[in-house]
Amino acid sequence: MNHAIRKTLFVLLAAILLPVTAVSGADTASKPATDAGPRIVSVGSDITEILYELGLGEKIVAVDTTSTFPAQALKEKSNVGYMRALSAEGVLALAPTMILATRRAGPPEAVKALKSSSVKFVEVPDEHTADGILQKIAMLAEATGREKEAQRLTKTVSDAFDALNKDREAITTRKRVLFVLNASGDRMIVGGKGTSAEAALRLAGAKNAADSITGFKPITPEGLVAMAPDAIVLMRGGRDGDDAKALAQRPAVKLTPAGAHPEPMILPMGGSYLIGFGPRTPKAVRELMTWLYPEIGKAELGGNKS
Amino acid sequence: MSETTSWPGKAVTSAPVPEERIAAGRRLLLLSGCALALVTFVSLAVGPTGISIDDLPLAISAAIWGSDDIEALRDRLVLLELRLPRTLIGAFVGAALAVSGAMMQGMFRNPLADPGLIGVSAGAALFAVATIGFSDGLLSWWHALLGIYALPIAAFIGGVVTTALLVGIANRSGQVATATLLLAGIAFGALAGAATGLIAYMSDDQQLRDLTLWTMGSLSGATWDKVLAIAPFAVVLFVSLPYLVRSLNGLLLGESEAFHLGINVKRAKYLIVALTAAAVGASVAVAGVIGFVGIVVPHFVRLIAGPDHRVLLPAAALVGAVVLLCADVLARMLVAPAELPIGILMAIIGAPVFLHLILRRGVSG
Repeated sequence: MNHAIRKTLFVLLAAILLPVTAVSGADTASKPATDAGPRIVSVGSDITEILYELGLGEKIVAVDTTSTFPAQALKEKSNVGYMRALSAEGVLALAPTMILATRRAGPPEAVKALKSSSVKFVEVPDEHTADGILQKIAMLAEATGREKEAQRLTKTVSDAFDALNKDREAITTRKRVLFVLNASGDRMIVGGKGTSAEAALRLAGAKNAADSITGFKPITPEGLVAMAPDAIVLMRGGRDGDDAKALAQRPAVKLTPAGAHPEPMILPMGGSYLIGFGPRTPKAVRELMTWLYPEIGKAELGGNKS
Repeated sequence: MSETTSWPGKAVTSAPVPEERIAAGRRLLLLSGCALALVTFVSLAVGPTGISIDDLPLAISAAIWGSDDIEALRDRLVLLELRLPRTLIGAFVGAALAVSGAMMQGMFRNPLADPGLIGVSAGAALFAVATIGFSDGLLSWWHALLGIYALPIAAFIGGVVTTALLVGIANRSGQVATATLLLAGIAFGALAGAATGLIAYMSDDQQLRDLTLWTMGSLSGATWDKVLAIAPFAVVLFVSLPYLVRSLNGLLLGESEAFHLGINVKRAKYLIVALTAAAVGASVAVAGVIGFVGIVVPHFVRLIAGPDHRVLLPAAALVGAVVLLCADVLARMLVAPAELPIGILMAIIGAPVFLHLILRRGVSG
């Protein structure tokens, strides 16, 4: 308890002093990267994951708050804040030689300012497909000169997707699956048409139960009943699995095929894991497919360890 | 008259109530009563699962007498577990917020007073937001203890604590100083808003989404537990209305005038503050922060039926319930199965009507 209070006070202080630490961080954070080579600022969970896979972890000086994997990224590196709320000055104060950012980074003014600075700025597109991931890897490899390491990663990812594509054809009846972005409190935001969530569900051989809406939107409990999902994928927050149990208890969820199941069909899954469309996404999609269609996943998982 | 502020209908209080106003009041009560019945029916009848009007009697009979028909059984559950609690909470929250607003405006003799203004909603929201923001650290024990009720209970405590602090400040000289209460409330609201902003700033991705969802205000989380949670507060508030009419009408004339009329001003104020704090805290707890009702509905009623609290309070309750239910029906039907933030709809429906009323009154004097 005491420890928790101190920690909170520290966070409070940190929040107030953040602009200052960001500037002074330029000196302290430079240690791991002083031995020549680039000083990279990575913005976006997918970007950070790929950079670590390419063995560039040491060269990263700062990441954004969405870069939760690998866990050491947020712990060891300076933090430039949420990816859509960057501060151009805060980023430049870290004296990066290279800013590698997802196209979703913002606000536009800050991104524009960073682009017009002398620092190399690479904007990585965010396509929600297998090719999109390969494109990200290729772009980042080119920018950092790690083409050799990228070959191995590219092969792993495309092999995993090939296997998924093959297994998907064996699925006869596609299950209707709902991706719930957020369900704590009382309300529910789900992934509709055109979202990364829908793309991930399709890759796993499922149909998006929320295809009657577009984007990530809050829905009514009765809307949930009308969507009648066979299974629900819940993006997990920090509260290990409790949310899934609480979700199963809601009256509206019980009225869906997913909730009426004796073992409610609700799978908690990390956000950047499944819908980040980084190098871990094929693994997450495989996990989802195995959960939805046990008969198909089992045979394949034995032979394919990606 | 110690007051120099003038607001619609105030001058009428000291003069005998004209016949026309009494008739208008009766009409308003009757009309809003009918409107409430109608909108309650609509709220129960429509929804994205599409129980058609034809199926409704079947579903209702299934709800009452049971049925073997699978379709009817599902409709029954939708009706009983989803629509009925949502409708009840909408009616309770709308009525409680409108009545709280009417009472606060009467007590403060200030047309701008509402639970939002004196910081009660902000305090409730701050506690709720803190519960979300510190869910993994400082306040994890609170979540462990209360589970899904952690948030609403925190919001309720927040509303009551804020009010207690306000009354404590305003009460230092031995009597509840109205102006101090109002100004301290505004300061409290600003402070709570800043703290809420700071927590939002510190929150991670997931918590931030929780926060925005929560601060939007919605009836989406309606369950029977929540109906049971808010019902006692709403019922106590409504039952105590008749006892407060005389005090509030007296207070309209000014505090010393009320005192000379034999009204226990201090006790009346305590009662009003306590009732509204509990009702607003409970409302925020079940439905989040819903603005607009508390300030616009009482004025709407005053413009039509005058400031006599005998009509104002019950009419505000009815109109508040009608307005919130209307907005909720639209919120969940317009973009079904998605949902619009209810505050947006309330402003879209209410603001033009309100402006129209103000302008018409303004021209005719």
